[in-house]
Amino acid sequence: MHHKPTSVIDCDIHPAVPGNDALIPYMDEYWQEQFVSRAIGDMDLASYPPSVPLSCRPDWRQVGEKPGVSLASCREQALDKFNCEIAICNPLYGGQVAASGLMAAEVCSATNKWLAREWLDAEPRLRGSIVVASQLPDRAAEEIHRCASDKRFVQVLLLAGNEMLLGRSHFWPIYEAAEKHGLPIGIHAGTMYRYPTSSGMGWPSTYLQDYASGTLLFAAQLQSLITEGVFAKFPDLTFVMIEAGISWVPSFMWKSTKVWFGVRGEVPWVKRSPAAEIRDRVRFTIQPFDTSKDPVRVEKLIEHLGSEDMLLFSSDYPHWQFDGDDPMPPGFPVRLRQKITQENPLRTYPRLKETV
Amino acid sequence: MAKHVVGKAEDVGPGMRKVFEVRGRPIVIFNVDGDYFALLNRCPHQSAELSMGLISGIATADEPGHVQCSRRGEFIRCPWHGWEFDIRTGQSWCDPGRISVKQYPVSITAGAELVEGPYKAETFPVSIEDSYLVVDL
Repeated sequence: MHHKPTSVIDCDIHPAVPGNDALIPYMDEYWQEQFVSRAIGDMDLASYPPSVPLSCRPDWRQVGEKPGVSLASCREQALDKFNCEIAICNPLYGGQVAASGLMAAEVCSATNKWLAREWLDAEPRLRGSIVVASQLPDRAAEEIHRCASDKRFVQVLLLAGNEMLLGRSHFWPIYEAAEKHGLPIGIHAGTMYRYPTSSGMGWPSTYLQDYASGTLLFAAQLQSLITEGVFAKFPDLTFVMIEAGISWVPSFMWKSTKVWFGVRGEVPWVKRSPAAEIRDRVRFTIQPFDTSKDPVRVEKLIEHLGSEDMLLFSSDYPHWQFDGDDPMPPGFPVRLRQKITQENPLRTYPRLKETV
Repeated sequence: MAKHVVGKAEDVGPGMRKVFEVRGRPIVIFNVDGDYFALLNRCPHQSAELSMGLISGIATADEPGHVQCSRRGEFIRCPWHGWEFDIRTGQSWCDPGRISVKQYPVSITAGAELVEGPYKAETFPVSIEDSYLVVDL
């Protein structure tokens, strides 16, 4: 493969499931009949209504078309434009969050088959995340085992809001399966809406509140993963927080570590500070970059993170997170470009090396 | 550094702790199974009196739900925020390299030896029949 010096590995793009019609061919006979006979309409993820500005940058939006359905547009607007050597597909579809765990599991499996056929087969630069229904962890583990032999699947994808905090042992079958195959767990912004995003005190009234609360979900999940001992139980597992923002992370690390000093006895399986655990085991994609363009402040943020290994290049295409042709946020030091666009993604996703 | 006689060894029995003032500093002496240790009675975090905290062992675990308890009586937990300090070394458990309580050498010396000097017995008389705690400060 010819390496262009400034080529990137994009760790978060969103091919869109056009609708249930695209998935039905990949379902078993029972579910095909269910979806057709019940006329189950399209299931867009409520966290990303197709028409809201966030869901698609205006210059990428095709009239009358759901954002992200076109591979041709993805090539032109993202893969070629950003000079992607590789891009990791993270499908986000309402089926993943269905109230019925059995339906969710079927939709997830169909989505993975659809992605492999319609996107991965068609474009050699693409890799995929295995989407799984966290509603049924044992079924999710089965799906991971099923997809793992296809080395183009490089990650297992969960959403930030589920039916329970992600550290709970209820979800451990998913982590066990992922760890066995060397697959990181990607946790992506979005939720099943079993609980309000805006803390447990009540539901938000606006989409703005809902989206802005996303960082709170990630912080809660990170705290859960740490304190429930997921890092101890699965020592080879890496977690990637995708579209989570970054600027909240240093103060979270500081506060978690501070509290751990005092109540460590409650969680003795947390053998080192939460800050050390996060630096070692958790990664973050760079879009949206939720703080200053000032290079001095960006450098400070990186210093406060305490590691240059944590950040992964991403565009979040076609979500509207930046303008212009370069997803790398202004203010990032040039010396880190190679790390963020190549080294960190390659180290985080070991399977990328096998197929690059 | 000078050697200060602070009290009788029997004043701090096994499992006990007692605070003494030496050269204006509050020093807490612990007796851990017959071994004596002297720490500054100020938590390095926010200066709480460590002597008011719980003496405990240390809980460790390699995975959730399977916890081992060891070193009973060898840790003091600060009463304000619960930070755990190893009485034998003064080091915090959570960040032993960076955060620790100031420690002072302490020994037991027989009264007969003490009356010969050059020890400072500032606060009470020394008798040759007893053993005394001597802190280097």
